[in-house]
Amino acid sequence: MLLIDCPYCGERPEPEFVYGGQAHIARPPQPAQATAQQWADYLYRRDNTRGVHAERWRHTHGCGRFFNALRDTTTDHFLATYRLGEPVPTAAATVRR
Amino acid sequence: MNEGLRTPEGGRIDRSRVVHFSFDGRAYTGVAGDTLASALLANGVHLMGRSFKYHRPRGVLASGAEEPNALVAVRRDAARYTPNLRATQVELYEGLEAHSQNRWPSLAFDLGAVNDLLAPFIPAGFYYKTFMWPRSAWQSLYEPRIRAAAGLGRAPTEADPDRYASRYGHCDVLIVGAGPAGLAAAAAAAASGARVMLCDEQNEFGGSLLAADPHGATAIEGRPAAQWLKQTLAALGSNARVTLLPRTTAFGYFPHNLLGLNERLTDHLADPHPEVPRERQWQVRAREVVLATGAIERPLVFPGNDRPGIMLAGAARTWLNRYAVLPGTRAVVVTACDEAYPVALELQGAGVFIASIADVRGPEDGPWAAKARAAGIPVLTGATVLGTAGRRRVNSILLARLQDGEPSDTQTQPCDLVLMCGGFTPSVHLFSQSRGKLLWDEGLQAFLPGTPAERARSAGACRGVFALGAALADGAAAGAAAAREATAAARTGVCPSGAAATPAVQPAAGGGAGFAGALPQPAGARGRAFVDWQNDVTTRDLTLATREGFRSIEHVKRYTTTGMATDQGKTSNLNALGIVSRALGKAIPEVGLTSFRMPYTPVSFGGFAGPARGELFDPVRTTPMHEWARAQGAVFEDVGLWKRARYFPRGAEHMHAALGRECLAVRNACGIFDASTLGKIEVVGQDAVTFMNRLYVNAWTSLAVGRCRYGLLLRDDGFVYDDGVVARVSENRFHVTTTTGGAPRVLAMMEDYLQTEWSDLKVWLTSTTEEWAVIAVQGPNARAVLAGLVDIDLAAAALPHMSVAPGYICGVPMRLFRVSFTGELGFEVNVPADFGPAVWEAIWDAGQAHGITPYGTETMHVLRAEKGYIIVGQDTDGTVTPDDAGLGWAIGKNKPDFVGKRSLARPAMTSPQRRQLVGLLTTDPQTVVEEGTQVMAQAGARAPARALGHITSSYHSAVLGRSIALGLVAGGRARTGQTLYVSIPGGEVPVEVASPVFYDPQGRRLHA
Ligand SMILES: [Zn+2]
Repeated sequence: MLLIDCPYCGERPEPEFVYGGQAHIARPPQPAQATAQQWADYLYRRDNTRGVHAERWRHTHGCGRFFNALRDTTTDHFLATYRLGEPVPTAAATVRR
Repeated sequence: MNEGLRTPEGGRIDRSRVVHFSFDGRAYTGVAGDTLASALLANGVHLMGRSFKYHRPRGVLASGAEEPNALVAVRRDAARYTPNLRATQVELYEGLEAHSQNRWPSLAFDLGAVNDLLAPFIPAGFYYKTFMWPRSAWQSLYEPRIRAAAGLGRAPTEADPDRYASRYGHCDVLIVGAGPAGLAAAAAAAASGARVMLCDEQNEFGGSLLAADPHGATAIEGRPAAQWLKQTLAALGSNARVTLLPRTTAFGYFPHNLLGLNERLTDHLADPHPEVPRERQWQVRAREVVLATGAIERPLVFPGNDRPGIMLAGAARTWLNRYAVLPGTRAVVVTACDEAYPVALELQGAGVFIASIADVRGPEDGPWAAKARAAGIPVLTGATVLGTAGRRRVNSILLARLQDGEPSDTQTQPCDLVLMCGGFTPSVHLFSQSRGKLLWDEGLQAFLPGTPAERARSAGACRGVFALGAALADGAAAGAAAAREATAAARTGVCPSGAAATPAVQPAAGGGAGFAGALPQPAGARGRAFVDWQNDVTTRDLTLATREGFRSIEHVKRYTTTGMATDQGKTSNLNALGIVSRALGKAIPEVGLTSFRMPYTPVSFGGFAGPARGELFDPVRTTPMHEWARAQGAVFEDVGLWKRARYFPRGAEHMHAALGRECLAVRNACGIFDASTLGKIEVVGQDAVTFMNRLYVNAWTSLAVGRCRYGLLLRDDGFVYDDGVVARVSENRFHVTTTTGGAPRVLAMMEDYLQTEWSDLKVWLTSTTEEWAVIAVQGPNARAVLAGLVDIDLAAAALPHMSVAPGYICGVPMRLFRVSFTGELGFEVNVPADFGPAVWEAIWDAGQAHGITPYGTETMHVLRAEKGYIIVGQDTDGTVTPDDAGLGWAIGKNKPDFVGKRSLARPAMTSPQRRQLVGLLTTDPQTVVEEGTQVMAQAGARAPARALGHITSSYHSAVLGRSIALGLVAGGRARTGQTLYVSIPGGEVPVEVASPVFYDPQGRRLHA
């Protein structure tokens, strides 16, 4: 059971959250103009990262909000959590507390 | 009790309190403080179990959790029967009833022991190699027999009647293990004011101090060890910030410093209070963890090393000093370490004759040899063991030296006790579970904790600091550092990330590397040397595996099953590694180490289940009208967490008859149905219509206020995700309904798009599923039933099909939908949930004059299938497009985009050969085919013929007097009129492809 730092609520146990897959995959703004390859990439292509992974979580049983997180898939440790729209934190900002 | 085996004084037992118990039906006595194993030894009973594969007689090897042989079942009654307990951990209580395992008919005479004679024919991988052909025999013949012969223990035959508690814990410092290092860590952490939890699997805290020689010179902080222990525990016990958890096993280490603890509360009591839980499962989130889990003594691997009476030296010390039991009268000690010498001297002091000490090191004397010789004990250095004798108890041992592979100085020593000491394996199980890296220490011949992955520190013997003084200092330093880190001002909350710094190991004197592997044997030596006692794995099994090409220790483990028993190789893993390393000519770290997995020792299922069983297993959702349905004798079914009335049998009516009656009542008069479980989401805001346009396939702009539309929701991959009627209640307010099971995931999907893609839209989403009670009134008489109750004009012109109106029913505010999932004139009365039962009763009363009949979900399924209405998840499966389901008409043609639109334009999504929903009519109208059955193009088709599709819904229709079925069939609509084939039990039947709308295709009844 992970301990997840919701940017709105603070640290809460994992059962309050739902995992939301890889972060920063934007829906093409005009899908009709997207090529088959672009659309397929949006739908199906995901990284299989060994190491730091940017991913979405939703605090479903809390504030209900989506946010992003950087998690090391080899250790399950979070390097950072950040709100939607905020840039991916740089290495300097992810120093472990 | 055999008085001669219990020393007259000493030990942590109470001789004045005699405890009666039975083992395999025979009565014995022990004393308070005994374990089952110590009490049996005090009675001269060494034979405690049979081995797993060869059914060899076995006694206790160890004295703690690592015991591989003495597995017993403890029985209180038929339901309270716990198999596979280690006799070394079973605390004795008055009336304890224990049974040996893995033997038939008795422990002393076991027919399964014939396997032992067949041992040459049962090498590693025997089962894989032998029971392969014919293939069909595996399931019918081989597997059942092998399973009957194998298996450890048996499960209780009745449900577990005991209670189990679960609890969350939080602390600054959690210390696992209350030996010297753990106690010193706890004292140091507590002294700095930290909140401390200290757990230990044993009933008493103290670890190795519990087995210390009371007459020895061991002193801690200037006090005798026993006094230090007592005073330290008293100080910790009186500290309100310290939680002491004896009989508590830390069985698992999970991410972010979460540890699972299994606390056993009543297993040691003769008469447990029924209100007290048997176990408490803790989930402890600790800011810092100190692992002080000690080390496990390694056995030595030599031929015949598994006979009863052959045990670890440290175990013998425990029997003597902690339990005041003499484990034998004439002993031979075989050792690769200095630690066995003081044990020999202590036993000698208690009256055990030590016939010889065989030290595998040498030929030079070690530092202790002179002391032993001075005490009159012969010491043979550079020794090995060629074999032992004795069936149910060892009676002699054959010692020798090896000169160029040839034995010399051979001597047979009569004995009834053989003590082994192969060195000490640090217990790194939890550290490894926490994903900490293990490092091989060549000097100690041990894997030690390297860099931790969690905020954890190891202290004492579990990181190779063996000597008492050093372990105490190590523990105190770790406890102080952990407390400092955990309570530092900069820390906010529990921060799981990052690792604690662990100072480098300073291997202190006292450990000694010991020996890993098998003792050298002359060429061509026979006899089986056991590596894994519990799974009967021998040296030869391991070398055979390497000869057969296995290189990875993970593969060798699975092929030979070494380390795979319930003890997970606590005493065997390093010796197995040593043997494989030598056989492959590779260093131990190159051979690798198998993974440590939780649980450290077996944990009962009850502990994991906790209170989540029976009625508390899952939440139960009931509708406001549930009690009415129950009183009417409804048969309920589970739909997700909901209890839904499936049908309402009258008297002794069977389901089939009830369904027919309910269906005809709706078609000919009026039915009343509880539709409250429908998911409901209120979509509100100035951009609500834009949001709906982007999400659902339909055109919402043109939907007038007061009107409803069948809404279809896709995923962005173009496949049907959910459906439901959507009403435009006002300009900026939509009342969206979803499938019963789909409500949470539809709301989650809406939130996802709203928050992450279209955050500019001013829309608010609210789940209203449980706000509304929904009463469906369906059938030709529905209007007449409701007319006198509502303040709304129900005429078709005023309230046509697919409309919604606010109003009152019996004075209760209402949203009245004119919608139908039956194909009949129908209404769905939505009232605030609390008013549901009263309104239901009022409609029920008003309906009596009109033949109103309650119907359940099963009838609802039949009625909708007669009309060809799909159920998402039954007639669709995540690969069905709107057009496949015949719902292409629902798509708003002029919308630039909606979720899934781009995918529908992909070539594969428009192929005419896609599976399409069609009706299927059996030639024989009484044959109801099974849902899920494949639909074939030809009669008599055999594999590998491809199916055209499958049946998704199939019922008997009362109103049509025949069977009906829906199915997904490749190019199905173009096949209308064709004959296809569907298998039934014992054959197949022809079916004709038809329209999926079987009843009232013009929809006249709907618009009545
Ligand atoms: Zn939150």
